[in-house]
Amino acid sequence: MTLSYVLEATLAVLVLGAAAWTIAARSAFAASVGYVSYGLLLALVWVQLAAIDVALTEVAIGSGLTGVLLLSAASTLRVTEARSGFGPGTPLRIVAAVCCALVTVAIAVVVLTLPDAAPTLAPEAVAALPATGVGNPVTGVLMAFRALDTLLEKVVLVLALIGVWSLAPDRYWGGHPGLRHRLPADGVLPFFARTLPPLGVLLGVHLMWTGADYPGGAFQGGTVLAAMWLVVMMAGVGDAPAIRERWLRLALVSGPVVFLAIGLAGMLTAGAFLAYPVAYAKPLILLIEVPMLLTIALALGLLVAGPPERAAMSS
Amino acid sequence: MSAMLDLFTIIAVSAGAFFFLAGVVGLLRFPDTLSRLHALTKADNVGLGLIVIGLLPQAGGLFAALKLLLVWMLVLLAGSTVGQVMARVARRAEPPR
Repeated sequence: MTLSYVLEATLAVLVLGAAAWTIAARSAFAASVGYVSYGLLLALVWVQLAAIDVALTEVAIGSGLTGVLLLSAASTLRVTEARSGFGPGTPLRIVAAVCCALVTVAIAVVVLTLPDAAPTLAPEAVAALPATGVGNPVTGVLMAFRALDTLLEKVVLVLALIGVWSLAPDRYWGGHPGLRHRLPADGVLPFFARTLPPLGVLLGVHLMWTGADYPGGAFQGGTVLAAMWLVVMMAGVGDAPAIRERWLRLALVSGPVVFLAIGLAGMLTAGAFLAYPVAYAKPLILLIEVPMLLTIALALGLLVAGPPERAAMSS
Repeated sequence: MSAMLDLFTIIAVSAGAFFFLAGVVGLLRFPDTLSRLHALTKADNVGLGLIVIGLLPQAGGLFAALKLLLVWMLVLLAGSTVGQVMARVARRAEPPR
């Protein structure tokens, strides 16, 4: 008992320390590195709270993928940052600090004034879980009880990617994202990009599959797949596809489209939008999750790859 | 038997923690990037290795023990790759004296 108390206190100090360091860091690059370690520590806090699903998401998306996005943004901005006088002035910093402090205080007040038995829908969700056929309550909530949120989340993901693509100069529209990485084929990074992905792809698919009954899910699995794809692209082992490719665009929308189609079919077969006939709930959830895994992996990988910077090669 | 295994765990994990401590001291005290990387990779490889070996008797099953070993293997692969890549960048930035 006391040992876990010591562990929790240490974690709390470390998380707060990493957060303070991230805010105080001088350069955007250092702040991004701080943010990644902050996310990893936060994941340990979620594990300690027995929220393994949240911990996995925090590591994969919060720390991992957002971290890579921030790091590449920071290295792109490095040249601009170095020019003297660029960056937020003192008044803007103070306004930002005050706003952030207000949000923190508001959340703290809300959490501290919660009634002792906090209002929860958890018992209802667990009681209704057998109807969905899945064993992991988190997956049940994401794919059945709050399916609309999950559907919209995928649409937002595709919209975000379109936003990134729209930054492309006209002459490169439809072309390949980022620069072509050319490394000696016998180098360390290409070796890494050939050794790790077989295991990583297996893990990504496993995370999606096991999410039905144990911690995991399409989002965590899709992030692992995206990471494997990024390693392959960054090591120059495979090139990023041109964004005008028909297969790429079809695969990108396949997740939301299948989700929407099954949701609409639910109006006929189960009487409500996004409702599943009880006998087929689990197969339908799996049928939605497979294209969703593809959409998530492609969208996250392409978000990091960035807007097109080269004209499409004639194929 | 169980007490022996517990003792083994305590010794191995403590030795692993010592390597991590030494790695951090090296990271803070060594003069240039290559030496700092050298200190850090020892913590990753040997430190984590000792901790994993120490935890094996506590894993409670062959499958869990294999998972622990797999984690070590993956960290070895990632650590040595990143170490090499960083060393190359550092060498370009500050040529060896």
